[in-house]
Amino acid sequence: MNETAVTAEPVEVWITGIGLATSLGEGLDANWDALNSGRINVDEQGFAPYIVHPWAKVNLEAQIPKKEQRQMEAWQRIGTYAAGLALDSAGLKGNKEILSRMDMIVAAGGGERDISVDTNILNAEAQGNCTPGFLNDRLMSDLRPTLFLAQLSNLLAGNIAISHGVCGTSRTFMGEEVAGVDAFKIALARIAGGQSDIALVGGSHNGERKDLLVLYEFGDYNLKNKFAPVWDRKEHPGFALGSAGAFLVLESRPHAEARGARPLARLSKVVADRARRKEAGAVTGTLERLWSALDVHEAPGAIITGATGAEPVTSEERAFLGQHKAFAVRSSGTRFGHTMEAHFALGLALAALSISRGALFAPGDSSGVEIEMKQAPAQIVVVGAGHYRGEGMALVESVK
Amino acid sequence: MSVRDKFGRPIVVVTGMGIVTSLGAGKAENWSKLVAGESGIRTITRFPIDGLKTTMAGTVDFVPVAPFTSTGLSERLGHMAVEEAIAQSGIGTKGDFPGPLFLAVAPVEIEWPQRLELAHEVGGTQFTYDDLLRVCGGGKFVNYHHRFLFGSVADSLSDTFGTKGSPISLSTACASGATAIQLGVEAIRRGETDVALCAATEGSVNPEGLVRFSLLSALSTQNDPPQAASKPFSKNRDGFVMAEGAGALVLESYDAAVARGAKILGVVAGCGELTDSFHRTRSSPDGKPIIGCIRKALADAGMAPEQIDHINAHGTATPENDKMEYVGVSAVFGDYTSRIPVSSNKSMVGHTISAAGAVEAIFSLLTLEHQRIPPTINFDVPDPAILFDVVGNKARDARVTTVMSNSFGFGGQNASLILTREPA
Repeated sequence: MNETAVTAEPVEVWITGIGLATSLGEGLDANWDALNSGRINVDEQGFAPYIVHPWAKVNLEAQIPKKEQRQMEAWQRIGTYAAGLALDSAGLKGNKEILSRMDMIVAAGGGERDISVDTNILNAEAQGNCTPGFLNDRLMSDLRPTLFLAQLSNLLAGNIAISHGVCGTSRTFMGEEVAGVDAFKIALARIAGGQSDIALVGGSHNGERKDLLVLYEFGDYNLKNKFAPVWDRKEHPGFALGSAGAFLVLESRPHAEARGARPLARLSKVVADRARRKEAGAVTGTLERLWSALDVHEAPGAIITGATGAEPVTSEERAFLGQHKAFAVRSSGTRFGHTMEAHFALGLALAALSISRGALFAPGDSSGVEIEMKQAPAQIVVVGAGHYRGEGMALVESVK
Repeated sequence: MSVRDKFGRPIVVVTGMGIVTSLGAGKAENWSKLVAGESGIRTITRFPIDGLKTTMAGTVDFVPVAPFTSTGLSERLGHMAVEEAIAQSGIGTKGDFPGPLFLAVAPVEIEWPQRLELAHEVGGTQFTYDDLLRVCGGGKFVNYHHRFLFGSVADSLSDTFGTKGSPISLSTACASGATAIQLGVEAIRRGETDVALCAATEGSVNPEGLVRFSLLSALSTQNDPPQAASKPFSKNRDGFVMAEGAGALVLESYDAAVARGAKILGVVAGCGELTDSFHRTRSSPDGKPIIGCIRKALADAGMAPEQIDHINAHGTATPENDKMEYVGVSAVFGDYTSRIPVSSNKSMVGHTISAAGAVEAIFSLLTLEHQRIPPTINFDVPDPAILFDVVGNKARDARVTTVMSNSFGFGGQNASLILTREPA
């Protein structure tokens, strides 16, 4: 669509593709089945005492040419793989005409450090190597030249462009969890406002990273020793880093209808804010305000939350959930771990999948927060409150 | 009756600008030095340069940050630029900016001084990464969690200046500053807001930052004298020079600006963006993505190529970039190409990476204000393959009504902005 177009009425936005490659497997069926069987893929040993959700291995070549894989680190491979699945799901793979004008917004952090290079340099320094040029010399000789490109935040989008040919526009949002909310908020606003027809939006996270454990351990955020569902972590709060790529294809209804694409669900609203978390109750209040901006009707509805298990934010969110008991709650964090920048995309993917299958997946714990839901949900609210900052919500509905 | 552009959209104007570069703080100092052809590039003194191939940069050394972190410097520079921009615009009240923040910022990570601090905390001379991990918790380093979150700089700006809603931190590599402006333009055109704060900041001159670009052979190694290193469009150019700085713009709808009697500094008439999927660091040899990006910007502004009377080039001084920028521009502008004065601010301030798109948009708007085009210094050996009318070495007075500012980055990020003095 011509970006100069102006629309009087907001255009309806459909979710026409979902790509999921997570710790529970690749594709919609594998993830759906695991959610309903209650299977959780958690590693309590490999990073002990820290708990992470490892990525379920896939045949990468199904989505990423071998020579491109070599240029990427794991977080990029996970995301590029999931992006390819989303394009497949939307029936767009290889459709050069559409891909060449498809917009993309990626929520990203940064890529893996080379842990052995870092460790070796630090040990050498401790052993007395402290000439002025020591660090320079070691970095010049030890860093792989291409590692930088595997670490740069915007190079996940770059790799998706290279591997799948998504080359309309490319924007990368950073800022932990809420980057994912903002990515969908902007993509939705652009399509609804006639500035875009179709967009690939999502994120990627590799939880099997000690450099990330360091960052979050500074704030004592990592879940340690024993896995527990998000709602059962009050005594030992924290999150288990998760590994997932989650991408959605958002498309204007007219564009989807013109190419005969089937909607999985409708993305009706995405809202975000940043509570000043210095006061107790600030997050609960912000979530309430976001909720009232969504135009949520009465039940049957559900809430899929990205609650992290970190405190105090999880308790604040629970207070909010307590005000909406008519809605069945599901925690993506219990099932997949905390996938940070990808977490909101993951929640949206699960919501769209549930709408498209006419059922909410099974509850994931016995704390009483998650209860059985028999009816087909007509509306699902996706909630994301960041472990330290940023709150967001989205409304996913069935297409009428 | 609201004033709209030729496509019926709200007109987006600039009512405040703030800037910091290696040349100094503020528009006045930057502009006077820029048109005088002064360079802000100098030999690095922030850390040892032994063993480095490139030993100069456009560092901002006059802003103290202690203890130094690149993210901390980005934050300080961002504050300075935003403060100047909001003060000029006169919008809102102190600590209460009535719109969203779009911030271009470099990716964030824990830096070497902090890693070394952890190693010293562990003690001993033989330790593993797990040992480092074990000393991180317990609250001693909690400030490093906050410092090294990707959203930390935007958080701080949002708290201080009271921007509304969820602040967006973004990276499109060397096009980031232009993308921040584009997001603001789009939000105003959608009618979501009357005003937006678009800022971009960069403080990445640290050992690993430099080594990373050095290993990609992207940096100039013409260290002596440092002021002569950045040679956009010259035959003997050999890479870009890393630099620091920040730029901030207050964007408003024309109607809102007029209603509150604000002075209009310029108009963002058009934005274009097109991804290049050829390679992670190189442009498609046929130049098609750059050509498409420029054409999209022209179409978005509703302009013909002949209406552009100055190009503020991306002009990094890498052999590849300058060649491809010429290929792209000349394909769009044809015979008219040689009649457009072209200049690269990077010859003087270096490449402010994440901030460059905003810094150069501000210089473009100052060019419109002063009707004077800043020079491309170090232009002594023109590249015979680049037939631009380069404004070499000396500033040029010119009638300038419309400027195109280009930004092209790693990861196939291309963005072009079209800026005018008055609403069309």
